[in-house]
Amino acid sequence: MSTASAVVDQHHGGHDDHHGHEEHSFTGIPSKKILMWAFLSSDCMFFGTLISTYIIYHGKSLVGPYPLEILSIPVTTVSSFVLLASSLLMALSVAAVNRQDLAKFRLWIFMTCLFGIIFLGFQSFEFTEFYHKGLTMSTNLFGSTFYTMTGTHGVHVALGVLWLMSWFIYSFFGDMRDKAIDIEVAGLYWHFVDIVWIVIFTVIYLIEFVGVGA
Amino acid sequence: MATHTDVVTTPAHAPAALPVGEPGILGPRPTSPTGVWDWLTTIDHKKIGIMYGLFALAFIVLGGIEALLIRVQLAIPNNNFLVGDIYNQMFTMHGTTMIFLGVMPLTAAFFNYVVPLQIGARDVAFPRLNAFSLWVFVAGAVLINLSWFLGGAPNGAWVGYAPITSPQFNVGHNSDFWIMGLLVLGVASVAASLNFFTTIINMRAPGMSLMRMPVFVWMTLITNVLILLAFPPITIALVQLLMDRTFGANFFNYAKGGMPIMWQHWFWVFGHPEVYILILPPMGIVSEILPTFSRKPLYGYPLIVFSGAFIGFMGFAVWSHHMFTAGMGVVAVLAFSITTSIIAVPTGVKIFNWLGTIWGGNLRTETPMLYALSFIAMFSIGGFSGIMHSAAAADYQQHDTYFIVAHFHYVLIGGAISGLLAGLSYWFPKITGRILNEKLGLAAFWTFFVGFNATFFPMHILGLNGMPRRIYNYEANMGFNFWNMFVTISAFILAFSFLLFFINMAYSFFKGKVAGNDPWDGRTLEWAISSPPPVYNFEAIPEVTHLDDFWHKKQTGQPMPTANGQLIHMPGASYYPLVIGFGMFVMSLASIYLTDNMLAAGTGAVVGFLILLFGIYGWALEGPGGEMLDPTKERGAYN
Repeated sequence: MSTASAVVDQHHGGHDDHHGHEEHSFTGIPSKKILMWAFLSSDCMFFGTLISTYIIYHGKSLVGPYPLEILSIPVTTVSSFVLLASSLLMALSVAAVNRQDLAKFRLWIFMTCLFGIIFLGFQSFEFTEFYHKGLTMSTNLFGSTFYTMTGTHGVHVALGVLWLMSWFIYSFFGDMRDKAIDIEVAGLYWHFVDIVWIVIFTVIYLIEFVGVGA
Repeated sequence: MATHTDVVTTPAHAPAALPVGEPGILGPRPTSPTGVWDWLTTIDHKKIGIMYGLFALAFIVLGGIEALLIRVQLAIPNNNFLVGDIYNQMFTMHGTTMIFLGVMPLTAAFFNYVVPLQIGARDVAFPRLNAFSLWVFVAGAVLINLSWFLGGAPNGAWVGYAPITSPQFNVGHNSDFWIMGLLVLGVASVAASLNFFTTIINMRAPGMSLMRMPVFVWMTLITNVLILLAFPPITIALVQLLMDRTFGANFFNYAKGGMPIMWQHWFWVFGHPEVYILILPPMGIVSEILPTFSRKPLYGYPLIVFSGAFIGFMGFAVWSHHMFTAGMGVVAVLAFSITTSIIAVPTGVKIFNWLGTIWGGNLRTETPMLYALSFIAMFSIGGFSGIMHSAAAADYQQHDTYFIVAHFHYVLIGGAISGLLAGLSYWFPKITGRILNEKLGLAAFWTFFVGFNATFFPMHILGLNGMPRRIYNYEANMGFNFWNMFVTISAFILAFSFLLFFINMAYSFFKGKVAGNDPWDGRTLEWAISSPPPVYNFEAIPEVTHLDDFWHKKQTGQPMPTANGQLIHMPGASYYPLVIGFGMFVMSLASIYLTDNMLAAGTGAVVGFLILLFGIYGWALEGPGGEMLDPTKERGAYN
């Protein structure tokens, strides 16, 4: 985005969309926050459908490679840790923008993005690795369900990174004084995507290894 | 994100406009107050509602023509007018068009136009997101219909059952258009639902607690929650089918262990709530019209509201009654048989409440009321045959016959369309400022009522006699000849009734009696303001103290609050929702051809995505913008 357009939102003509006295809010909750919670409820059904499909098709693959043969718990544990840690960084950036500490805000939101990108890096590494071990979308049901579910989650993370990175860049050009609510809403999304990963990690990786190598 | 409109405390003689010409990525914001660009860039909920309505009516005409072509084929045995695949395309597109491009957007038109007025708001919570929903809907609707010119329309029925739509059995791009079209329409629906959910929760006038909301607003709220929760399963199912078709995945491929029945489950986990998404808004409309035209309060308001909520909840627990013959086993069939019987109870409660509303009332049988009464009667008939299906043993006999076709047309035309035509007749004066011509209206209603029943009642008989649906011919000695010819002739009568309705709309728009603010002696807030309403809706936001607040104010002689010197902030129009809709159209159209030419189609999809991204950033960076209006000067300036 050009720097010229980034300063567009400078005027304060009484349309500040947060906690100003002009805000019409029957509940006292900002509309953006209500919208995001409603969206997340919808996204729950979205991932619910993907996860159910994975569980229903679990163990139904007719040919290999099977999950136990190629999943690597240590690698994915590290990437999961990175993603979950990014939630902490996200919370720190929300806190920073709330006190208008822009230097800290930029640091933490940049780190959040970086951790998100590292997670995506792990995921592409994993996808490439599995591909070389013979697992593609069309190999078996495990391939179809695994790539579709983790891929959808990866797209969520990627969109989140794009969103947060846009705020990081915007903070150098635009006025952040009335933007705390926007960061908080982006944070809700980010935390949700992390929480979903906990479920996916459990369903795909941890349950697979119950009773193995004990 | 856009914001809503606010009242700003500014001296009355402040400059009437904020700097609106700030440069965005596309140069200044659109400012044209009239003409094509105004409609293309508007974020006014009323204009968006009108556009939703006009698009929906156009697609109802298209879906109606498709229905007539189907009926021409079936008029005589062994006809060869539409044979085989083209017949499949015709009934697939008839169903898809009527549900996703006709009834749903027509309900969305009412959500848009009526809900902000009924809750005493100046607009929806996110006006630009609202325009986004409209243009994405248009993108999806055009995309799915483009298939007619690009190698053939979808042909796997509106339910798109895998493996009928799987790559092994459905070559060509027919089903790809269906998948991409529905995915795009899903985005539009979910975005609109997020907006209406937030609007109803957060934009109500002071004092309008949940139990003081008009029933139509309640049904809108429930419907939009259903859309939010029901569209994700179909989205994922469509993605899975897309993966099967484009990337060789195995979700519904039996040879690799996939289970085609999973498609049926995901489809109906969406598909049954979808039925209530189609019928709850008309139920809300009817609940507005019956009290107004009976001159009595709605009988049992809380019961009607809670029944609606219960129907919405139970709507997620009955999907497998569409699959009794799929071999799910006794336990599943029994469970869904029971839940299906249960869901009839709140529906019955509503019907008795509506009857209680008209009981002893001072009835005025003008056209809106006639359509509303027709809703009760026709929907009840459709409901009764629905209860018959809940008995699984009976359903085995009726499944996939014309008995089912009769059943769901009774609930969808006799129910939903009756209710929507009632709403159109009821709110037409508010939207245009003129009342529909009553003589033409009566002619249109009675033609509709007779034509509808003559078309669909005989289908019960055909169905019980074993005529299967989705089959393009039948033998002359099956005993189906008379009723099929009868039904085909009646279908043209039904179509004629719509023509009359549209002629009436056009005639009354120019020549109709001027309505004034409150032609029906209405009960809710939209009747308190001028017809058509000014762009800002309410000069001053009213304080709500009762259910049917406007009625209460009229009875007790309280005036509506008038302009108090405050300027009203109206957010500015925007190009970007249209840009995003266009980007999404390019992206989804290109994606259809990924299997033919990965490079060219991939490039097209990336270009579409970049247009979309450009639109999103333009949107985010331009901000809500807007201008300050002085209601005392702007009164009646907008149409």
